[in-house]
Amino acid sequence: MNDGAVARRTNEEALTEARYGALFTEGNALTMGDTKIAVQGLNVFYGKFRAVGDIAINIPDHRITAIIGPSGCGKSTLLRALNRMTDLVPGARTEGRVLLDGKDILAPGVDVVEIRRRIGMVFQRANPFPKSIFDNVAYGPRLYGTRGSQLEEVVERSLRSAALWEEVKDKLRHSALALSGGQQQRVCIARAIAVEPQVILMDEPASALDPIATLRIEELMRQLVSQYTIVVVTHNMQQAARVSDLTGMMMMRPDRTGELIEFGVTAQMFTRPKDKRTEDYITGRFG
Amino acid sequence: MPRETLEREIKALQNEVLLLGSMVEEATLSAVEALKRKDLQASQRVVAGDRAINAKRFAIENACLSVIATQQPVAQDLRIITAILEIITELERIGDYAKGIAEITLRLGDQPLVKPLIDIPRMAQKAVDMLHRALSAFVAGDDHAAGRLPMEDDEVDGLYNQVYRELLTIMMADPQKIDGATYLLWVAHNLERMADRVTNICERTVFLAKGEMSELDTSKGDTSGAP
Repeated sequence: MNDGAVARRTNEEALTEARYGALFTEGNALTMGDTKIAVQGLNVFYGKFRAVGDIAINIPDHRITAIIGPSGCGKSTLLRALNRMTDLVPGARTEGRVLLDGKDILAPGVDVVEIRRRIGMVFQRANPFPKSIFDNVAYGPRLYGTRGSQLEEVVERSLRSAALWEEVKDKLRHSALALSGGQQQRVCIARAIAVEPQVILMDEPASALDPIATLRIEELMRQLVSQYTIVVVTHNMQQAARVSDLTGMMMMRPDRTGELIEFGVTAQMFTRPKDKRTEDYITGRFG
Repeated sequence: MPRETLEREIKALQNEVLLLGSMVEEATLSAVEALKRKDLQASQRVVAGDRAINAKRFAIENACLSVIATQQPVAQDLRIITAILEIITELERIGDYAKGIAEITLRLGDQPLVKPLIDIPRMAQKAVDMLHRALSAFVAGDDHAAGRLPMEDDEVDGLYNQVYRELLTIMMADPQKIDGATYLLWVAHNLERMADRVTNICERTVFLAKGEMSELDTSKGDTSGAP
């Protein structure tokens, strides 16, 4: 466990170096790393209505990618398409390709449950099960057959990774619902981590939290990114600016289909956006 | 734990300011040394080196903008960043002074110096030392040290007055030497201005700590704004 912690810290330092070193490199070239999820020609329909259209984006590995944009522009729909949560909406249809490590998760015959294990999700309102903290985090691993001391190790490791262990280690059998909002959200993060995903999708993860809890979640995200790939949807632009390495800006077309109008290094997006619509939005002059 | 990212970025910016500072200190001392030895090649190197100083200044400025845009610093964090923006401007100007001195050496070419350089190198040493301590005080947030430093500008001003009187005397005694003496006057003037800019840097450090801008007066005994 110690080696892992050392490796994580070194990775985090290296990541900060890369992210921050980019500020001092001419041309602001942030090494994008390898592509973890490649989205090509993605269209999502709810019945006849096209919610998102022609999305093409490369989500890099071990980076935080934020998706921002005004209400209704399709950010959550895009996020949910990345692990086929859109399948659960009656009448929803997805076209195009979503390649995880080069393999299309939209292809027929793909094991959707496995996809959702590898690409986990954390929602806006923390939704711990009405069970103990331990049972919340153990739920997924138990389904995969993990038992006994191995199960306890997984739970502890996940809660440590979610920066929650010290606060709950003496009350693991207490109900998760008795925790504060920020703690509940971290239980949900631990729960997602427990099944060893590669990607964590976060849909407005801190919007229901107070400012301190929000900052703690953001710091947690920066710690997690050395081990996972994170995609976060947020309507809080300052949060996107603080926490992400790359930002994608979405906007609604006149026909109300959401499209991606700009995608780039966060520091550049918030100092020198390329598209005027992006500039109008982030400076608050939109609408 | 919170704002680790912001703290790391501010630390990195401060380190870059120190780095820019040492580039400028080096340029100043090299320029004056090259003048003393009439070393044209060394002077050319100082002139060429000014490009790197300018480039680093702009890189730091860019980085400050990114930090402001992405981390939304407020209160003292914001004052540190804006202080850095001002300080790098002062440093870049000081770099220009060093380049100016080197250019004078190149202009003098073969012409012998109208007097041996004694006070001018002393001015340079003093000004560089003040700059170094001013930047250290800034990074440490030491407003006490920063408040006291401008008083040492008197020493530089004193040396400047001496150089001025000597060169004027030389010019009046021998009009052939007006040209060479004027160049040396410019060199001395550049160094005197350098020390003045150090005072500006100190003002920023005090502002940083206190949240209020005040002029740090360099007249003996009168240091309004210093603690």
